[in-house]
Amino acid sequence: MKKLLLATALLALTGGAAAAQTVRLGTEGAYPPFNFIDDAGNVAGYEREFGDEACKRAGLTCEWVTNDWDSIIPNLQSGNYDVIIAGMSITDEREKVVDFSENYFPPADSAYVGLTADADIKTGVVSAQVGTIQAGYVAESGATLLEFPTPDETVAAVRNGEAAAVFADKDYLAPYVAESNGELVFVGDPVSLGGGVGLAFRESDDELREKFNAVIKAMKEDGTINALIEKHFGPETKKF
Amino acid sequence: MFSFCADPKSLEGFSWLFCYLTSGKHIDFYWSFLTVLILLAVTAPSALLFGFGGAMAARSHVAPLRWFGKTYTAMVRGVPDIVFFMFFVIALDQGIEWMKHQIVCPDWKEPIRQGLEFRVCPQAKVPLGTSSQIWHQLYGFALAVFTFALVFGAFAANVLYGAMNAVPKAQLETAESYGMSHGQVFRRILVPQMWTYALPGLSNLWMILIKATPLLFLLGVKDIVYWARELGSAKTQAYAYPHPDWRLWYFLFLLVAYLCMTRLSEIVLNRLSARLNHGQATAAGEAMRRAAQ
Repeated sequence: MKKLLLATALLALTGGAAAAQTVRLGTEGAYPPFNFIDDAGNVAGYEREFGDEACKRAGLTCEWVTNDWDSIIPNLQSGNYDVIIAGMSITDEREKVVDFSENYFPPADSAYVGLTADADIKTGVVSAQVGTIQAGYVAESGATLLEFPTPDETVAAVRNGEAAAVFADKDYLAPYVAESNGELVFVGDPVSLGGGVGLAFRESDDELREKFNAVIKAMKEDGTINALIEKHFGPETKKF
Repeated sequence: MFSFCADPKSLEGFSWLFCYLTSGKHIDFYWSFLTVLILLAVTAPSALLFGFGGAMAARSHVAPLRWFGKTYTAMVRGVPDIVFFMFFVIALDQGIEWMKHQIVCPDWKEPIRQGLEFRVCPQAKVPLGTSSQIWHQLYGFALAVFTFALVFGAFAANVLYGAMNAVPKAQLETAESYGMSHGQVFRRILVPQMWTYALPGLSNLWMILIKATPLLFLLGVKDIVYWARELGSAKTQAYAYPHPDWRLWYFLFLLVAYLCMTRLSEIVLNRLSARLNHGQATAAGEAMRRAAQ
């Protein structure tokens, strides 16, 4: 009898441990306002708040991990973390190697930013972050593509004259333009790329993906996501 | 950290700078210096141990052991560091998990390699997915130490191999004629005398090791270069302390820090070299003897 009790207690304990599953979230930490390392040294931004809320609703314990953008997909596949939550746009090319959740940020505009409004974005040098949809777009646009490992360096390249313009998510560039005292300006018209931003999972992790899909759907319906987008990106950004 | 830093946007001048330099992120930056120093302190002796083992193996009378020693130095020295740090570490990590998988999950049906994915059972992950972040960091650090030790050990093995061969043969023969065994000659004559020949090569390696520490970030350990880049990059109003691109200043600071580290090492190594040369039948030992006369 004693043994039976012990076994039941053990089962209850391990059952409890399984319910509080730990999920590791991989992010870049260099893409404000999506994700960045705040001045206390923690991951912060829209995705931090969205991710924490989603984990809470899904009943998961989540840990934040930062990883270089360049190796963010290979490290997901080798199991260093379970989810990519790094402002990653849903594209067909990426769908071949990972599985995306439903988008938690609507398909957004990408834009060019240069030092003058007539910067040569057709044939000049345009900087973009390596491995992004924007880099792919520039490569096909006829302009000379100049790639950098971090988003910040793509903007710095315009400031120091290495590139005529930078091409990136409009929501990422907007604060840089607004705070540059007129040094940086938007060039040309925004371009709509990708299918919105989604969480990326290993292709074998369907169960976890479905869990997050359900939560994202609920968060879209009750307006939580829209409120978070407005808080981090301002009132003019596209919402659901 | 300090109560008057609670609202950074209202601060100005010196108090702004003070609060900025004591923000949590900067404290992480300062700690990362300690990470680098610990890495050096742990890696240097382990690399020396690897090198010693490699050199002994390369000199061995047992053919397979000799082949092993020679292959180790030749292969590792021939592969670029960056390839080693990208490829070998992943292979090592997956190898450990694969072996653990064979032990803990013998009944696992699914294939481990699914296309590009590497899937061992959750219990075989190292460290476990449920363990706290500190274990992941320690594991990454341990992988880094091992890889650094392996790479620098191969170079050290070659240096020590050369140094062992440089010890005058007459000394070894004299020892043997006194009736010492091979082991005794090795321990009492060869090893104590070889350091004076090994030191120039080893000091070079130490300097290169100091400068190679930024490779840590490839392994997911946040070192001083990572933090300098992160802190220096332009910050928008999304951050508590917005500022333009300050990477130049951070990297200048790193330049000074690295120069201080290498200069300090040079002073210590020079003293050590003087000490080892004392009484040796080498040109440097002879010069010391003449100067003392």
